[in-house]
Amino acid sequence: MSKTIKIRKGVDIKLVGEAEKAKSQINRPEIFAVKPTDFHNLTPKMVVREGDEVKAGTVLFHDKYNEAIKFTSPVSGEVVEIRRGEKRRILEVRILADKEPSAIDFGAGDPGSMSREQVVEKLLNSGLWTAIRQRPFSTIANPEDHPKSIFVSAVNTAPLGADLNFICQDHISELQAGLDAMARLCDGSIHFQVAADPEKSKAFQGLKNIQLNKVSGPHPAGNVGVQIHQLDPLNKGELIWYVTPSHLITIGRLFKEGKYNPACTLALVGSEVTEPKYFDTWYGAPVKPMIKGRLKDGDLRIISGNVLTGDKIDSEGFVGFYHTEVSVIPEGHEPQFFLTEGWLSPGLHKFSLSHSFPSWLMPGKKYRLNTNLNGEERAFVVTGEMEKVFPFDIYPMQLVKSIMMNDIDMMEKLGIYEVDSEDFALCEFVCTSKIEIQRIVRQGLDTIQKEFA
Amino acid sequence: MKALKDLIDNKLMPPFKEGGKLHKFWPIPDSLDTFAFVPGHVTKSGSHIRDGIDMKRTMFMVIVALIPCLLFGMYNVGYQHYMAMGVTATFGDMFLFGALKVLPLVIVSYGVGLGIEFIFCIVKSHAINEGFLVSGMLIPLCMPVDVPLWMVGVATAFAVVIGKEVFGGTGMNILNVALTARAFLFFAYPTEMSGNKVWINTAGDGKPVDGYTGETLLAKATTTPVSEFTDTAGNAYASVNASFMDAIYGFVPGSVGETSVIAILIGAGLLLWTGIGSWRIMLSAVAGGAVMGLIFNLVGPAYFPDNTFLALPWWYHLAIGGFMFGVVFMATDPVTASQTASGKYIYGFLIGFLAILIRTVNPAYPEGVMMAILFMNVMAPMIDHYVIEANIKRRMNRLKVKTA
Repeated sequence: MSKTIKIRKGVDIKLVGEAEKAKSQINRPEIFAVKPTDFHNLTPKMVVREGDEVKAGTVLFHDKYNEAIKFTSPVSGEVVEIRRGEKRRILEVRILADKEPSAIDFGAGDPGSMSREQVVEKLLNSGLWTAIRQRPFSTIANPEDHPKSIFVSAVNTAPLGADLNFICQDHISELQAGLDAMARLCDGSIHFQVAADPEKSKAFQGLKNIQLNKVSGPHPAGNVGVQIHQLDPLNKGELIWYVTPSHLITIGRLFKEGKYNPACTLALVGSEVTEPKYFDTWYGAPVKPMIKGRLKDGDLRIISGNVLTGDKIDSEGFVGFYHTEVSVIPEGHEPQFFLTEGWLSPGLHKFSLSHSFPSWLMPGKKYRLNTNLNGEERAFVVTGEMEKVFPFDIYPMQLVKSIMMNDIDMMEKLGIYEVDSEDFALCEFVCTSKIEIQRIVRQGLDTIQKEFA
Repeated sequence: MKALKDLIDNKLMPPFKEGGKLHKFWPIPDSLDTFAFVPGHVTKSGSHIRDGIDMKRTMFMVIVALIPCLLFGMYNVGYQHYMAMGVTATFGDMFLFGALKVLPLVIVSYGVGLGIEFIFCIVKSHAINEGFLVSGMLIPLCMPVDVPLWMVGVATAFAVVIGKEVFGGTGMNILNVALTARAFLFFAYPTEMSGNKVWINTAGDGKPVDGYTGETLLAKATTTPVSEFTDTAGNAYASVNASFMDAIYGFVPGSVGETSVIAILIGAGLLLWTGIGSWRIMLSAVAGGAVMGLIFNLVGPAYFPDNTFLALPWWYHLAIGGFMFGVVFMATDPVTASQTASGKYIYGFLIGFLAILIRTVNPAYPEGVMMAILFMNVMAPMIDHYVIEANIKRRMNRLKVKTA
């Protein structure tokens, strides 16, 4: 039974640098990397060493606390570096790619005719199980769990978010195979959300084995957390799994070809990109071939992901496993004189939900926003601003405060199981007190997870 | 601007930097620096972009919203003085007289308040908060013009230290800081904060005219039917409408900033336009006041025919005293008000309701807005508690339905 969700709370932050609907190819990079830091609360245990030869699909490391969850190489080649950070934390496993790619054959097969165990085993062995995440906590799903439903959001409402309809339109058969595999994992529904606007969801109309739901409204309407809250709210003790359409295509390819084929499409977006568009690339690929010669001059921030929830990377960095875009915006290190650009300026170039700036009178205007905090951190003072951009039946400020106080009982009561840090991204954006709300929410989720581990 | 920035960074700041002679006083130049320049602080985690609004702009908008009340208050102080003295004066004379009386109150309030804030910042080694920018303006505006300056200083000190800093500073206080200052004076020095001698300055220019009493309209309402109200000079108003319009314009005695409903509504318009003031609180407080006034209008004449205050028309209640000023600028203080949307309706309504109730049934004092707001400040967390409990209950019920 398909449903239509209309989200009213939220805001579409219109930024300069939306990707043109055109794909470019890049040369296959020499170095690829798998980043354990892409996966929340993962403690990796290395299986390979520097110098080892690997194929696409070879296990590089696994979860220390659940050996079944393996992380595999996207390409064949040699493990050239295991890059570590503070306390020897593994940051990247770098692979020098072979000129002639080779991959482990996991065996092709129709997921519809396989048992749950067979599907799970194939996904675990190929390393693609890591594409399946669970709510609560947004960690990699435990294959032994049985979720009540699986969610796929094919609508990206984030600022400059990649158009998933465009990314998926040439890969519908793989997407269907991926969905068929998901159907074996869960007795409940596969909730597949698309944009209510038929033009933005044309590619998905013929999909089977799913409950196709339509979503309309401003960001965060595309967030899977919002969709779960509206369609199948989470209670304590329940689990929901979720996957991105891009990963479903990769999973579909695994079942069709029998191999881990890491090809994917990413959008290069942002005001500092000369020609924002889409690129055919690979999971684990560096960002450099995409951005080389395509960025404006200046002090720039390169973000793997969108500007609200992505991770800052440098120009030599690698795109995150769950990200569908690379955003490039200006850094905001320059102090702003209070009358011309600062807190008492007319603010024509600043976007704000507050009507003290004229941005609300120019709803169509696109902004070139930088990374400046536009203020300093303060205690919570203003109330009601978060609620305007938080489409949950949850009190955001009270939940954040309960996390700050480490009151686990209150966190549970106030609905922490239903949210993830990304759901609070707009709350953080609008916060007058410039508090790092996403970090606090993540901290709260980690606390709860540890408490009940 | 680069020259100014260089001056601050290279000339002013070095002695206050770590290792410098004056390092422990760093909040003082830092406040100047961050006032003049929004720092080049960039996002480190989470959202890489941020809304343009910050606490300085938010607070400044409230100060701008208070300016009509301040300017009219200055004029009205002079207007009331010359009217009481029976002296004909020009607009400029009136405004100048008022400004000379009101500005010292503002200077003392800001001087003492910010001084204490800086002391706390230096002791606790944190940057100055913007909270007092609004409180510092509200304190003089809710005082009678004749209040001694030293009292304003003492009250401000009490409000900042006991009303705010002991709770942890801006954002942590339970009671509205400006009203804490006012309540402190009201209980400590009642003769300087109430009665008939404090609202109009009658120093100089000879003796007041014969009909002068110095009463506010609220005080008149306790003893006189509304149809017999007189102005400051003792002249009878032509009609109820005429006295009501005087109260709307603000040509009546009262605290400096509270008299003109029009000036207050200009400020309210700005607060609502920018979204900084809660329309829920303002609307429900006016509704609460109207309902209570209406109840008294219906019940009063029938059961208490001698009590003229109960017969004062409900719409009149909204225009006189500090009702509108309190509702627009004090009740909407986001730190001390209810924080939930539903809670704001309840909180606002009860402020209006209680303000008129206290005003009319309290025999000692013909005003109740301050008490109502302070009382509801204390009750706001409880209101929020029950609103949040209802939300929690909904979630629990959903779970019960699932497991049933």
